[in-house]
Amino acid sequence: MSTNTANPSTDEVLIRVENLRKSFGDNHVLNGISQDIHRGEKVVIIGPSGSGKSTFLRCLNLLEEPTEGHIFFEGTDITAKGTDINAIRRKMGMVFQHFNLFPNMTVRRNITLAPVRTGFMKQEEADKRADELLARVGLSDKAEAYPASLSGGQKQRIAIVRALAMNPDVLLFDEPTSALDPEMVGEVLEVMKELAEDGMTMAVVTHEMGFAREVGTRVLFIDEGIVKEENEPGEFFANPQNPRLQDFLSKVL
Amino acid sequence: MGTLFEDLGAQFQQSFIEADRWQRYLDGIKISFLVTLGALCIGIILGILVAVIRTLHDQQKGSDRNILLRLLNSICQIYTTVIRGTPMMVQLLIMGFVIFKTSRNLVGVAILSLGINSGAYTAEIIRSGIMSIDPGQMEAGRSLGMDYITVMKDIIIPQAIKNILPALGNELITLFKDTSLVTVIGLTDLTKAAQQIQAKTYQAFMPYIGIAIMYLVVVMILTKLLGILEKRMRQSDRR
Repeated sequence: MSTNTANPSTDEVLIRVENLRKSFGDNHVLNGISQDIHRGEKVVIIGPSGSGKSTFLRCLNLLEEPTEGHIFFEGTDITAKGTDINAIRRKMGMVFQHFNLFPNMTVRRNITLAPVRTGFMKQEEADKRADELLARVGLSDKAEAYPASLSGGQKQRIAIVRALAMNPDVLLFDEPTSALDPEMVGEVLEVMKELAEDGMTMAVVTHEMGFAREVGTRVLFIDEGIVKEENEPGEFFANPQNPRLQDFLSKVL
Repeated sequence: MGTLFEDLGAQFQQSFIEADRWQRYLDGIKISFLVTLGALCIGIILGILVAVIRTLHDQQKGSDRNILLRLLNSICQIYTTVIRGTPMMVQLLIMGFVIFKTSRNLVGVAILSLGINSGAYTAEIIRSGIMSIDPGQMEAGRSLGMDYITVMKDIIIPQAIKNILPALGNELITLFKDTSLVTVIGLTDLTKAAQQIQAKTYQAFMPYIGIAIMYLVVVMILTKLLGILEKRMRQSDRR
């Protein structure tokens, strides 16, 4: 049973992935993945390292260009030639394992740069939005600080705020807690949980099984470049069918 | 011994004081500064342009490169090869006596020649600076929907410049000293001023030792200023 009933996913397909394949030279990383992500869903993607789960996520906003297959976002084929990928990315936020904050600017500027530069907001609006979002993650006092002075957990919360500033329709998380010291994982997961409760559509690559179980509406197990098993979290963890998944879960749980 | 000092004193008098000759060194060094400054601006603009084109070209995979980018990349490669493969003085002679042989604007020719020369070296310095930045910075910028140029301009280049400041400082110092070569196209810089005074007084010691000290002092001041600038730019790392 899914524990998340506050914001059930809708029938509207936000991201449609059709037969996605990706190779780096002779290295076939993704071998045909087809998936629909509905608005409001929180899809958690797990799998062994090197399985292609990060590559899958990075294909969704074309940080990696698919070798084959199609990706539709809100009905637009983003893999088609001539699609304005910058416009698409403004609706798809991404949070990285290593935060990737811009070290040469203050936290405030980190957050407001994209909304202002893309013409989405004026500087004053963006500043106001930054203040609101910073208050939400409890970092109002860090607006004028530089990233180098922040802890890992603070950096990742700022990175989430930076993605949220563009008002995205979906947030992609690429192992958001993997680079954090253990005592800082909680504060980041807490922010992600709150986002989930607010109804944000999320795709999360993670090793946090507790998070997958608690927040996910659907869990995907990617191995050898394909989705080997998917299910709602209760059944997924209680009754894994695929032997590879059983093996994987026995190691991580 | 006494006569030696008297002799030097007289030489100093002739080389610097008589006929207000110090004025000529002053005018010369002004020209040297002007050429350095102009060439620096051209060099940095050319350098950034070439560095960005070459990085963009190298980052894209074979099939995505369009014709225009390939063409621009080839032009950039030819430019760096030719400029770095020929002596500065030969470049000056060609610019002064072949390409702009009718031009009276010697300062302009000098600035252009040195700027084009400096650009080839600056490009490689800036390229190494861009490559020193974590690719995650570009990815983060692009994932927010900003275009390549905006991310380069606001995020990558400022960080790259900070990393390469020592190398850029070196280039500035080299550039300043290389201005002495513009004498070959007849421009009256600091070195030319000393040559002209030697021709008048038939004494080489004072003018040449004198300008050597002047070049040295300017370079020492530049080094000091660059050190201060570097310290200030590093501040965001510590706060």
